[in-house]
Amino acid sequence: MTRYPRWKFFLLVAVLAVCGLYAMPNLYPDAPAIQITSAQAGGEVDERAMSRLRSALDDAGIVYSDAERVGTSWLLPLSDSEAQQRARELAQRTLGRDYVVAQNLAPTTPDWLRRINASPMNLGLDLRGGVHFLLQVDMDTAIEQRLESWVNEMRLLLRDENIRYREVSYEGQTITARFDSSSDLDAANTRVRNQFREFNISRDSDNNALVLNLSSEEISKIQDYAVDQNRTALNNRVNELGVAEPVVQRQGADRIVVQLPGVQDASQARRILGRTATLEFRLVADDVDPRRATSGIAPPGTEIYPFKGDTRNPVILRRQNIVTGDQVTNATMGFDENGQPEVNISLNSAGARNMQRVTSRNVNRPMGVLFIETRTDIEHITNEDGEREQRATTTREAYVINVANIRDTLGSRFRITGLDSPAEAGELALLLRAGGLAAPIYIAEERSVGPSLGADNIQAGLNSMMLGLALVLIFMVLRYKVFGVIANIALVGNLVILVGVMSMIPGATLTLPGIAGIVLTVGMAVDANVLIFERIRQEMKWNNQPPLQAIEAGYARAFQTILDANITTLIVAVILFAAGTGSVQGFAVTLFIGIVSSMFTAIVGTRAMVDLIYGGRQRAPTALSI
Amino acid sequence: MAIATPETNVNFMRVAKPLGILSIVLVLSSIFLLATKGLNLGLDFTGGTVVEVGAPEDISLSVVREALSEGGYGAAVVQHFGSSRDVMVRIPPDESDEPDQAGLEVFELIGGVIPDLDLRRVEFVGPQVGDELRDQSGLAMLMAMGLMLLYVWFRFTNKFGVATVAALLHDVIVVLGLFALFQWSFDLTVLAAVLALIGYSLNDSIVVADHIRDDFRNSRMTDPLDIINQALNRTLSRTVITSLTTLLVLMALYLFGGEIMRGFSIALMAGVVIGTYSSIYVASNVLMLMHVDKQDFVIPQQEELDEMP
Repeated sequence: MTRYPRWKFFLLVAVLAVCGLYAMPNLYPDAPAIQITSAQAGGEVDERAMSRLRSALDDAGIVYSDAERVGTSWLLPLSDSEAQQRARELAQRTLGRDYVVAQNLAPTTPDWLRRINASPMNLGLDLRGGVHFLLQVDMDTAIEQRLESWVNEMRLLLRDENIRYREVSYEGQTITARFDSSSDLDAANTRVRNQFREFNISRDSDNNALVLNLSSEEISKIQDYAVDQNRTALNNRVNELGVAEPVVQRQGADRIVVQLPGVQDASQARRILGRTATLEFRLVADDVDPRRATSGIAPPGTEIYPFKGDTRNPVILRRQNIVTGDQVTNATMGFDENGQPEVNISLNSAGARNMQRVTSRNVNRPMGVLFIETRTDIEHITNEDGEREQRATTTREAYVINVANIRDTLGSRFRITGLDSPAEAGELALLLRAGGLAAPIYIAEERSVGPSLGADNIQAGLNSMMLGLALVLIFMVLRYKVFGVIANIALVGNLVILVGVMSMIPGATLTLPGIAGIVLTVGMAVDANVLIFERIRQEMKWNNQPPLQAIEAGYARAFQTILDANITTLIVAVILFAAGTGSVQGFAVTLFIGIVSSMFTAIVGTRAMVDLIYGGRQRAPTALSI
Repeated sequence: MAIATPETNVNFMRVAKPLGILSIVLVLSSIFLLATKGLNLGLDFTGGTVVEVGAPEDISLSVVREALSEGGYGAAVVQHFGSSRDVMVRIPPDESDEPDQAGLEVFELIGGVIPDLDLRRVEFVGPQVGDELRDQSGLAMLMAMGLMLLYVWFRFTNKFGVATVAALLHDVIVVLGLFALFQWSFDLTVLAAVLALIGYSLNDSIVVADHIRDDFRNSRMTDPLDIINQALNRTLSRTVITSLTTLLVLMALYLFGGEIMRGFSIALMAGVVIGTYSSIYVASNVLMLMHVDKQDFVIPQQEELDEMP
């Protein structure tokens, strides 16, 4: 038997050391914690707020560890889940509406491991508890709504240009405009072509009609817009839900996935996802003395609203609204001729007509944009008897987000200027878009796992893995003696690599089927060694080879078979990953990594150990413990 | 241990014919069962709602059923899940006007009659998603088999390809037949198990096939029956031991993996047993049927020792 190449020893030790190091954070259990995030998207948590919270916790006698900054939020680890509950209530009371307090788990990875970016595996919702929603965006309605507003825009255009038309209607994805005479048709043709670039326009001279076909690009643009807008709206809502590490992702052409780890009350999540926010455009009551605003008593026909982020200067608005948010079809940020930021707004016909009517009589007077939000909050309160209670409160919150002067009569498309910065313009456009949902959504799939079941699942997975591993280890020693011990060490090494790699891949998530994949790998990984060891036995038995030659031949001959046999499982794992959904993908991932690492440990690993035991001797062994 | 040490010399092929007939019967009756009874498709594929609740005390099913039918969920299936303190309720997709609300309503209805109820799990799958998952899963299964076929095609001679694929189809159909016979719930995790089984079954057949091919090339024996028999004997211990270790871990998973992993472990346990049997009998029977002989292997003398590990 030739000595095993030295570089393979080094490779083996290096791989095991690196994977072992990165697998280590999994040994430190997560601590219950509360996570504090600014209620404004992207906002920072004030250091003063944190010190206020610390002293409040000190006063209440709640023990906490050092807070740690994670992204823009802070994680505050606590001693146990009861302290976590109390701390959460206290924190929400102390910090108020400006901050969102969520229950989370804080990793207790030691500093020296953090310095090399080691972190524990991500756990799937079935293991940590939480809610998963698959939301379907109603595309037919989205397209219909858009077409409807185009039809109205076209009617307005024709009316403005004094072109007489018989009817403008839509069916499917086609708008048809009919005229009495061909001269009207000609006149309309040029105007419409200028303004409706989204359509493929054709003349139907026989019927004096103009046929507008929505191009497929435009349809997918509408869909993209509707889905992205809904995603933004949902994202904003989820951010306020107080969830640690939420996921809001587009899936496919018309779906949105929302994952809320750690959320225990799915009904609360539903309420907030379905929360309604609307916008209203109203005239500012500039004929009223602005000082009356601070008095809090509104003159008849007006209402007083605070200005966003500035409670000292409330605005008095007329009670009657001009346009509401559901009449806004689009809002984008842009720049005017002078490079100043602006927000371009499109209205549907009903909105446009009202806007035109009101603004034509009120040029050079200020108009305000009012943001109204209705939300239901669930508060967890501990009452006098020490019992936990849920209380639902519905609040209506309204504030003015923008006031601007009307420069001219406004129609279906207009812009708001006089904004301080591109950022403000962007935020206003976002709010205008995200206030309502672009298209109706409904829940296509919901999977929620309570935290108790999640913990049970982890325990079940661990137990079955321990038992499975123990049974296989015992069996291998009974069957192959010293070689069995070697295979067992390789098997444990395989697990270390598997866990290490799973922890290193940022996107990899461990699910219950994923644990099943690991357990299955334990059973299947020894196959490679069984193949090799059986070959070695046969070489000694039938071909009368001396032990060292038998080892060499056994490894050499079994290699091709092992490769062959494992490739089939790898192919299956890839298919499962491609075709499967969440939890099944978890199975595919652990199966794939497990098979690859098992080939490494079972072939390279055991060979190195065999070499250490039998290869270094002065005299060749006459028998093997196999 | 005395499990099939290399000395074994079982005349496997002696009972090849009767077992071949048995396999044909098994496959045909499985197809019959799949066609008549069909699979008991789980929530993932049918759509609907599943609610799992737990309480500190035993939960009486009749109390729960009564509360549910009073609340308008007469068609709900109520059963214990894992223990008598856990109950699983399954609601068909068209049972409620607002299907996505059904889960919470059911929880509240049961909570009205059972104190300290804990909502452990709610799963709602809309009918459209269910249909899609079903199509997707069928496609994944066909794709897996197709790719296996392709792989085997390149790897072996035609006759071996046919033999291993026959064994593969045999395993998958019989396992599905078992699920149809006992009406075990067939969901996404069970599908994952069946796909894993496709890999495992082929893995087993390939090892045996490799050995048979080796022996056809190197053995001095001339009768294909003897050669196959010898190869089967030589791989027997490996086949049995690998199946055993895999069965051991699956047993652990079955016992401790919780109710959710039960279907998964049953499917794979059945699959491993059937796969072990088929890699010995089905593949070799098909080979004999096609009159395999040494001529099939003389062609390019491929070097078996590709690389030293």
